[in-house]
Amino acid sequence: MRVVRNLFLLLATCVAPTLASAQTYPSKTDPRSTLKSGRFDAGVAASNMRLVSFSKKPAQFDSARGLTFVNSDLAFGTHYAYQANFAGFTIWDITDPAKPVVASVVRCITSQGDPSIVGNLLFISAEGAGNRVDCGDGGVQDPKDHFAGVRIFDVTNPKAPKLVKNVQTCKGSHTHTVVPSPKDPNIVYIYVSGQQAARPETELAGCRNGTDPADPTNSMYQLDIIKVALDQPERAAVIPGARIFTGLDGGGECKQFCAPVDPRRAAAGRGRGGAPAPSNAAVAATAAVEGPVSTGPRNCHDVTAYPSLGLLAASCSTHSIVVDISNPEKPVRLDALTDTNNFQGRHTAAFSNDGKKLIQTDEWGGGTGPMCQASSMIELGGNTIIALDAKKKQSQKAYFKLPSAQSAEENCVSHNGGIIPVPGRDLYVQGWYQGGVDVMDFTDENNAFEIAYFDRGSIDPPAAVDVPIPPSAVEAGGGRGRGTIGGSWGAYYWNGYIYSSELDRGLDVYELTPSAQLSANEIAAAKLVVFTQYNPQSQPRITWPAAFVVVRSYLDQLVRGNGLAPDRTGAISAALDAAEMKSGAARAAALNAIARQVDGDVKSARDGARVRTMAGEIRRLAAASK
Amino acid sequence: MLAQRPILAFAVFTLLAGVPSFASAQGHDMHGMGMGEIVVPKGARYTKADVGFMQGMIAHHAQAIVMSRMAEAHGASPQVLKLSRKIDQSQVPEIIIMQQWLRRHQQFAPDTSSWRHMRMTGMLTDAQLKELDAAKGVDFDRAFLTMMIEHHAGALVMVEDLFKSPGAGQEVDVSVFANDVVTVQTSEIGIMRRLLSQLPKK
Repeated sequence: MRVVRNLFLLLATCVAPTLASAQTYPSKTDPRSTLKSGRFDAGVAASNMRLVSFSKKPAQFDSARGLTFVNSDLAFGTHYAYQANFAGFTIWDITDPAKPVVASVVRCITSQGDPSIVGNLLFISAEGAGNRVDCGDGGVQDPKDHFAGVRIFDVTNPKAPKLVKNVQTCKGSHTHTVVPSPKDPNIVYIYVSGQQAARPETELAGCRNGTDPADPTNSMYQLDIIKVALDQPERAAVIPGARIFTGLDGGGECKQFCAPVDPRRAAAGRGRGGAPAPSNAAVAATAAVEGPVSTGPRNCHDVTAYPSLGLLAASCSTHSIVVDISNPEKPVRLDALTDTNNFQGRHTAAFSNDGKKLIQTDEWGGGTGPMCQASSMIELGGNTIIALDAKKKQSQKAYFKLPSAQSAEENCVSHNGGIIPVPGRDLYVQGWYQGGVDVMDFTDENNAFEIAYFDRGSIDPPAAVDVPIPPSAVEAGGGRGRGTIGGSWGAYYWNGYIYSSELDRGLDVYELTPSAQLSANEIAAAKLVVFTQYNPQSQPRITWPAAFVVVRSYLDQLVRGNGLAPDRTGAISAALDAAEMKSGAARAAALNAIARQVDGDVKSARDGARVRTMAGEIRRLAAASK
Repeated sequence: MLAQRPILAFAVFTLLAGVPSFASAQGHDMHGMGMGEIVVPKGARYTKADVGFMQGMIAHHAQAIVMSRMAEAHGASPQVLKLSRKIDQSQVPEIIIMQQWLRRHQQFAPDTSSWRHMRMTGMLTDAQLKELDAAKGVDFDRAFLTMMIEHHAGALVMVEDLFKSPGAGQEVDVSVFANDVVTVQTSEIGIMRRLLSQLPKK
């Protein structure tokens, strides 16, 4: 208890005054905190979303052997969901989201299996030391059989995927990101994030470890890049990587939940500017290390591209890095933000649709630890909202962590997610492993909050106090015992539904339900956004067709946020209803008349910007009605 | 077999510590603690080195937690106190993960007192622990950061030795866990170096 009390004292004294909206955590009455455990019969708590379907893992992967058969991430193309597993992948036909059907199950040992789909090519990341060139079981006996890098499958026939190429990389591939060539539709670049040390040159030529970020022969301190011609995937090859980590020894910048500055070292800390800290020399001396020593990151966990903006947000240990990828073969670092006070595990990023904000998640504990307990440090394991200015300089804003205390049996931390396409708002759906799935509203960069969730109780029952499970109580061969790792690896909005990859249980499909937090119009507007392909780490720009539900989404937001006087929102609503009854030119004329009136509301409105955007949407609808 | 190379900057710590990371864990007579010769059943997907790594890392983590819990009473600065709390909260669940892995595979799982008997690479000697315990305020910060950097570097050497060992580090849970240790502790070493550089000169 003392630790908890001290934590609160610490928080009370050090929250930066510019950030008024620090989260108080966690709720003691949240229904997610007390759910019954069970693999397939766990208690469920849901708010503003409902489970449309749950599909168990295919039998080929339905074996509990630690992490050997856990599901990992998702990618989407036409009417298929590609769900990776540490031992292969499943292609689901999701024509009917209420009844996903297995198209094929491919057994190919490939941890951790991060997937992406580009046309008919499925890319899968391989990192683990036991992954083999031939996909086989039984581990690597001869180093030349070891595979670490990116596998390429041809999934033209989703019932019979074919492995067409293994591209080996020096550090393997923990994750990867697809960056299309802005010039040639036949070319994509695969940015590869590897967190391991470089493989020995005897295993893969040209790989070399090193500690100098500026040394170009050093395989560390670079983002690896694979160039792929889509019509010749078998010729995919590694090209020179991006050295975006050079000179990243900046001091930490903490904006929230900061430990107070220690007066004893205030003098020593003063005057630290942009230049490399001279104290690095002292550090090096203390550590008795010769040669350059970097205190910054040497790789990223993941990078998220926003190709239509030519930007990349990289999640790299202590740093959030923004990179210009307008020339994907020559990425250039634009900005780096660090908060070493709190973060060492930057995990994944997402941009707001307008590119003015960034989410950086923090995977404290690596995903296998129960880091959402009431006693867990709140300032670790959540999401940081970062504002991007016109020059792409970052500034740290709100922080959000799952506002529900989870049990010691539930591995829980912020994990993967994507944007929900509601016009006028920035919504992010994500998985928190056994913390479940939730939706965060980060429209206001200074105030991120939750608007929907779905959660199950833990897979394992609570542990008996101080009584270790005897080995005999555990399935032979190392089966399901204690410590089952499960929950949502990632949750993504795809063509009207939310899909979540459950590590241990299977595949969930959810639907948002109308509430005070999210209206039926906003949900309907999101459903108008349809993609033919979606890789969450290669973020598409969202546009909405001209539609009444889009206009009404803005109107609902003005009502909810008191952004425009109620008599005006009421009048606009009635006028829109009347216009919808008309058709063709008459509808267009009615809409244009409404738009002119709404123009007049901009000045007096509390949220004039939103009113102006709504006027524009009404005009766009008028134009589409002619 | 993935023979991973040392992270060169850290290799020096092996010299400082002066012992191969597994030597004391497996050379010692552990029968008294229920830890005999490691026996790996036929057909198992892991090796003796995997078991030794998980057992040794429990002791390694346990000592890091002991060190971290000294911070408050020794007048650590808020920054160091926060870091120590983070290390404490991060490594406790990792010990549970390692113990569960060992039990699942019917191997002996050391408890958190094991650090008293097992000295892995980078772990403090009794004399160093005394030195740390005697330090207060800025001196504690300096001693803690210096020793914890060395301690973390030892963990990295343990991982490197694991992957060097034939056939080891391939079982998925061990592989994921070992890689997580590298990611987290490399990053924390960077943070600690930076904190150390901000301390007033001696």
